[in-house]
Amino acid sequence: MRIFWVIAVFVALVGLLAVGLRLNPREVPSPLVGKPAPHFELPLLAAPEKTFSQKDMLGAVWILNVWASWCPPCLLEHPVVTALADSGIAPVIGLNYKDARENALPWLRRNGDPYKLSVYDVEGRIGIDYGVYGVPETYVIDRKGVIRYKHIGPLTPDIAQKKLQPLLKELSGRG
Amino acid sequence: MARILALLLFFAGGAVAAEDPSLERRVTDLANELRCLVCQNQTIADSNAPLAVDLRNQIREQLASGRSEREIKDYMVARYGDFVLYRPPLKASTVALWAGPFLLLLLGIWIFYRRVARRRPPEPQLSEGERERAAKLLE
Repeated sequence: MRIFWVIAVFVALVGLLAVGLRLNPREVPSPLVGKPAPHFELPLLAAPEKTFSQKDMLGAVWILNVWASWCPPCLLEHPVVTALADSGIAPVIGLNYKDARENALPWLRRNGDPYKLSVYDVEGRIGIDYGVYGVPETYVIDRKGVIRYKHIGPLTPDIAQKKLQPLLKELSGRG
Repeated sequence: MARILALLLFFAGGAVAAEDPSLERRVTDLANELRCLVCQNQTIADSNAPLAVDLRNQIREQLASGRSEREIKDYMVARYGDFVLYRPPLKASTVALWAGPFLLLLLGIWIFYRRVARRRPPEPQLSEGERERAAKLLE
């Protein structure tokens, strides 16, 4: 009887740790999912005299990808972002975060520019409004301008295929 | 050039900070209650991650413009979730967090009590022969 209890507690503990230790503490659930995308009106990275706002994308399903030339994981996910943009499933807007034009523009020239356009958030203020804390981050925003999904850290082909594409298809299909 | 500008800004920031020690104290008090999301086991006050610096500046600016501590906490929670608070609020999803330790304590007391109660030595049982010997010894 007593051995039964010892084993039961042991198994319960192993179960708890097996689940708990596998959770990623870096993945903090964003309170922004399901809420309207925070407002911004920022100069374009490539053309400082022009501005772009999230409002300009109302009526379209789109991807907001936060990147910077100083961020190695951004380079890592770049092929995935490029493939996603090339697939034509949704436009990808870049939010160039706390970067400098003289570094960001050559970075795009070197690695290719999959973005429809990139906005330039040099102080990272819009980043704060979007709850950015681990560049790169990726948001899916629907036709009504509501954030439907957020991914923190580099996108992998697996996430693009299993999470982003089905969601984008679903959102685009819905009239 | 950018570096010089940053340095100037840094000193300018320092000068503003030195102007108002009571504001600075409020900034630190609040920053001590907020988690830095980049280096998760540090507060915004302790961390030197760029985001923590930005958030401290946000706090300073917002306090200076007359916002309350409560409003600034709400501002942070709206962006980063309850996770930024070192003292999480009592909600349906955090009941286990708040009540758990007390439940465990009660469970511990109960187990302890049961074991102690059980271990009380049983009344000594003497056989007939032993009783007679004892009686003789007591005479």
